[in-house]
Amino acid sequence: MSSKRPIRREFLKGGAALAGGLTMGAVAPALGQTPGSPAAPATPGAPPMIKGDKEGMIAYGERSNYVKSVRIPHGGRPSPDNFGLTFHVATPLQDSVGVVTPSSLHYFATTRGSFLPDIDPSKHTFMLHGLVDRPLTFTMDDLKRFPSVTRLHFIECAGNRSSPRAKTVQESHGMASCAEWTGVLLSTLLKETGLKGTAKWFVAEGSEEVKGASSMPIAKAMDDCLLAYGMNGEPVRPQNGFPLRLMVPGFEGIFHTKWIQRIKVVDQYYMNYNDFGHLDDEHKTAALGYQIGPKSVITFPSGAQQLPGKGFYEISGLAWSGGGAIKLVEVSTDGGKKWNKAEFKGTPQRMAFTRFGYQWNWDGTETEILSRCTDELGQAQPTRAQLAKYWNKPYDQTFSVPGLDNSVQPWHIAGDGKVTNGFA
Amino acid sequence: MGSHRTLPFAFLLPVLIMGGASALAQGPAFGIGRTPTPDEIKARDISIGPSGEELPAGKGTAKEGAQVYRAKGCAGCHGATGLEGTAPILKSKDPANPDLWARGRILPLRAPFATTVWDYINRAMPLNREGTLTPDEVYSLTAFLLSINNVIPEDQVLDAQSLPKVKMPIGNNYASLPDWKPRTPRLKGYPY
Repeated sequence: MSSKRPIRREFLKGGAALAGGLTMGAVAPALGQTPGSPAAPATPGAPPMIKGDKEGMIAYGERSNYVKSVRIPHGGRPSPDNFGLTFHVATPLQDSVGVVTPSSLHYFATTRGSFLPDIDPSKHTFMLHGLVDRPLTFTMDDLKRFPSVTRLHFIECAGNRSSPRAKTVQESHGMASCAEWTGVLLSTLLKETGLKGTAKWFVAEGSEEVKGASSMPIAKAMDDCLLAYGMNGEPVRPQNGFPLRLMVPGFEGIFHTKWIQRIKVVDQYYMNYNDFGHLDDEHKTAALGYQIGPKSVITFPSGAQQLPGKGFYEISGLAWSGGGAIKLVEVSTDGGKKWNKAEFKGTPQRMAFTRFGYQWNWDGTETEILSRCTDELGQAQPTRAQLAKYWNKPYDQTFSVPGLDNSVQPWHIAGDGKVTNGFA
Repeated sequence: MGSHRTLPFAFLLPVLIMGGASALAQGPAFGIGRTPTPDEIKARDISIGPSGEELPAGKGTAKEGAQVYRAKGCAGCHGATGLEGTAPILKSKDPANPDLWARGRILPLRAPFATTVWDYINRAMPLNREGTLTPDEVYSLTAFLLSINNVIPEDQVLDAQSLPKVKMPIGNNYASLPDWKPRTPRLKGYPY
């Protein structure tokens, strides 16, 4: 009995600090303990128990103290920029398992230095107007009354391109993430407002400082666009557009309008804020700049990781495409000479991360590992050498992939097991 | 509760009748949402398309714009003449180059429509005070930027009627807009 007393005292202290007005009886079951039960195991060498005295453990769970995986400022545009602002924050793909990016680690990009509007959802409204029969304004409560859909979708920033400077897969590919999104299909709302025959495009606007506007084809709106209020089982996070975000599955990240407050249906491309950024002089490059191409990357083993020695490893990675579901992933462990079919972990979803694995016995010699994928449309992920040939350009360090970069990422594995960027 | 129960039935008949028609002709299926007032629409209707139909009343000239440029601190980021700042340049460093695309991403030169310039300034400038410029100030600044790039004469008055008519130097010399269709590769014939 005497050994239990100090433990119980500590438990009471922690519980009171956390639960405030709650009684003991209410706190104890939440912790999975009953008063008087040991908070620390008596077994010598066993790890200490988390006592529940850490702020946030009850109200909103935290991950283990030992898990240190974090996002980093990063991107195709310098961060911080000339004004000292951070625009792009990359997800730690090297630590990811499965296909869902935790909301706290989801990549995000902002127009102006991580500016986030702090929106009261009870005051937020979404307006749908323009070339419709009946313009309508919806509250968040209104939107939640409509039939909902829940879909797994990746989002990728157009600036997500690997370079010889990238040390890790976070730096080379971290501007892509995948989450489970819940909301109402835009087509459901457009059927509610009706659509005039002259409707060809729509302009989506957020409620941040610049209300960044993008023009998108009405065919996309009717196909699979989604006004999402849910993300990974809870409300969309502010960095991802709380309380409402437009999902444009498979399109460049910038189209996924955050904090969305308005869609205007129009008869022509509006050439506003984000549209001006998309303006291009080459027809072919422009065509490659909307829908994300088939892309895959090995996340383990990847840049800056260390293999302890020869032997068995499951190579693990992610594949995705704006063209639909992933049909095939192949892995090469000999620098691209032989390609082997990888195994899917779960059923590939349209415009979503697909986790793949490949069982590998490393013989301890220097090599290069790569992955490539093919999507349901038959689009295949190219190597940079293949792309240079297609575009009739020399393949050297100056070669830049036209449009979005969906090229194959090589990881070099040295004899001592050190993994580095194959482009370096 | 009663109204919730009866609502779907009220719309059942039209839905049944329209069931075979196209989505375009369908009536509301759920009856959720309210009709915004004209004022509510106007307050949010800030995207200015090429026709300029959303442009508000107001006017301005390059001369007035030069004053606004100084008064609003534009020079702090873009430089006294639009060339010397940390923010994107607003004037060509190479005005004699006939290839507009080689002159860089300069909004008042590359924009296919003057409405694009007006819209950009109106929604996104000045930094940290976005949306505070009056329509007259935005017309003036647009005139100023177009004038220093020799797109319009210094004395031209820009307003809701004249702005959409400004002929931009890029003409139609830019890539065609995406002709996107569901379940279609990005670029026909492109293997990747």
